[in-house]
Amino acid sequence: MNLVDVKNVSFAYSENNFVLQNISFSLQKGSVAIIGQNGSGKTTLVKLLKGLLKPKVGDVFIKGINTKDTTAAKLAKTVGLVFQNPNDQIFKNKVLDEVMFGPLNIGQSVDEARENALRALEIVSLTEKSQENPYDLSLSERKLISIASILSMNTDIVIFDEPTIAQDCWGKTRVKDIVRLLVSAGKLVITITHDMDFVGECFERVIVLNKGKLLLDGSAKDVFSQEDVLSAAYLEPPYITQLCHQLHYDEVFLSPESFISYYESHRQKKETNDAKH
Amino acid sequence: MVVKKTIVVENLKYRYPNTSKLALDSISFSVDEGQFVGIVGKNLAGKSTLCEALVGLVPHFYKGAYGGKVVVDGVEVLNSSIGEMARHIGIVFQNPFTQITAAKLTVYEEIAFGLENLGMDRVEMVKRIDYVLDLLGLYDFKDRNPFELSGGQMQRLAIAGIIAMKPTVIVLDEPTSQLDPQGSEEVFKAVQRLSKEGVTIVMVEQKMEKIAQYADKVMLISEGKMIDFDSPQKLFSREDLENFGVEPPVFTTIAKKLNVKDETTGLYPVTIDEARRLFSL
Ligand SMILES: Nc1ncnc2c1ncn2[C@@H]1O[C@H](COP(=O)(O)OP(=O)(O)OP(=O)(O)O)[C@@H](O)[C@H]1O
Ligand SMILES: Nc1ncnc2c1ncn2[C@@H]1O[C@H](COP(=O)(O)OP(=O)(O)O)[C@@H](O)[C@H]1O
Ligand SMILES: [Mg+2]
Ligand SMILES: [Mg+2]
Repeated sequence: MNLVDVKNVSFAYSENNFVLQNISFSLQKGSVAIIGQNGSGKTTLVKLLKGLLKPKVGDVFIKGINTKDTTAAKLAKTVGLVFQNPNDQIFKNKVLDEVMFGPLNIGQSVDEARENALRALEIVSLTEKSQENPYDLSLSERKLISIASILSMNTDIVIFDEPTIAQDCWGKTRVKDIVRLLVSAGKLVITITHDMDFVGECFERVIVLNKGKLLLDGSAKDVFSQEDVLSAAYLEPPYITQLCHQLHYDEVFLSPESFISYYESHRQKKETNDAKH
Repeated sequence: MVVKKTIVVENLKYRYPNTSKLALDSISFSVDEGQFVGIVGKNLAGKSTLCEALVGLVPHFYKGAYGGKVVVDGVEVLNSSIGEMARHIGIVFQNPFTQITAAKLTVYEEIAFGLENLGMDRVEMVKRIDYVLDLLGLYDFKDRNPFELSGGQMQRLAIAGIIAMKPTVIVLDEPTSQLDPQGSEEVFKAVQRLSKEGVTIVMVEQKMEKIAQYADKVMLISEGKMIDFDSPQKLFSREDLENFGVEPPVFTTIAKKLNVKDETTGLYPVTIDEARRLFSL
């Protein structure tokens, strides 16, 4: 059984003004990035997966259950969504209460919830802030708190809506580690992001939305080789990939590490050749 | 010719109320008219606080202990209200939500609001609003309630509102964090154009590749102190950059690992153009 099935889904906030049109795809465990222009429908799509919105046309199935036949409360055990703006998500006066809220809400005991919350805070390295008021923290810290609040629920599907907003390189590394951790724990991680280098480094599959329609769905390598299609959708490949194109390399690299090892081996070859002449 | 200094900061020190550490510690620098300055540094380094000190939110809105001097467009911040400062300097906040006034019903009126406050005449106002709506790709949304925009569209609106006002100095605090790749590129291009027209730009960013390409100078801040203020090439070539929690552009990172430098300057590449030149085998 698939974890997610989206079948011919269309959605409009107001009558006939469709912001998503005839979207279909299925997802298994693993990592998938959703990319697209501002306003292309990414946030709307993940709100449909979370059951916060219901399709106007078509159906969304989570583990085979139609979101129209269940409640957002029941889906909360399976699908966790970290909001784009942490202020939309955070409402408690104490960090620990905030991170415990989700687990308590899906029926965990207080002890269990506290244990899960503390572990989640440790993962985002904010254990020492557990007694503080989230509103006294910076935007980058609030974003990490909103991530911890979802990790603590231990759902099979974890969705991040632009998790690297406001993060410095340390925070970005943290988020990358979290994605890898969840994937190795057998979860489905869906991430919306505008950071193409992050996509290149961390995601196996990439879905591209363009003006409410599904434009591309494939491996990161395949998607990022199609520079023209991406450009038409207001996107671009990771910087490393752009550099490979400009240097006319035959191969496409998505991460600095793969570029470095390729370049090093070619430089060596060239040096040996030069030495021969 | 003497170049006008639109920003002069002398030994600025600031501590938020009920805190013990200086958020800004002995900062001194000046910026020429029309310069594009990038500010980089890790989370909590003091970047946003410095922005607040330039526009007067520090010390007029955020109280606390304040020392030193900040002069913007010839006006000393300490002696003028936030309202007065707004005629000289505008700010795009880190979180676009904080920017939207909620006083107005549509995107169009939201942008007009700031201009009305400046007492601008109607004809000029309409001209400027049309210009920024187009520039930020918001034309189709001009009659929309600002709170019914996507995150990136809201950030575009925050930028549009300030660019329309065209003050002497524009401060942008991580303004492209929610923009799609082409949207950020367009914002950097627009901001660069403004700086060429004489508007002084101060921009906090995490996108080092873009800062390296567009900024004239880059300031590195760590723990409230100004560590360096130099050309992107020199600043990002620092071997100790990582100690301050900053990663240079990815082109510089790979060049450092592969020890690829420009032989004449002894500096690493910081833009894709420099990288292409130095990496071709
Ligand atoms: N509450 C709402 N009411 C009406 N229209 C909305 C609402 N929220 C979003 N929209 C519109 O729906 C479209 C899709 O928005 P959505 O938030 O899904 O985009 P997104 O891809 O997440 O964009 P971003 O990258 O800017 O976050 C946009 O045109 C947006 O203006
Ligand atoms: N409103 C505030 N009250 C108290 N301390 C604050 C406030 N805003 C920021 N700080 C503190 O000031 C320091 C600098 O923060 P900030 O300027 O937001 O950094 P940056 O923008 O570089 O991430 C941090 O130690 C932060 O905790
Ligand atoms: Mg969104
Ligand atoms: Mg900041």
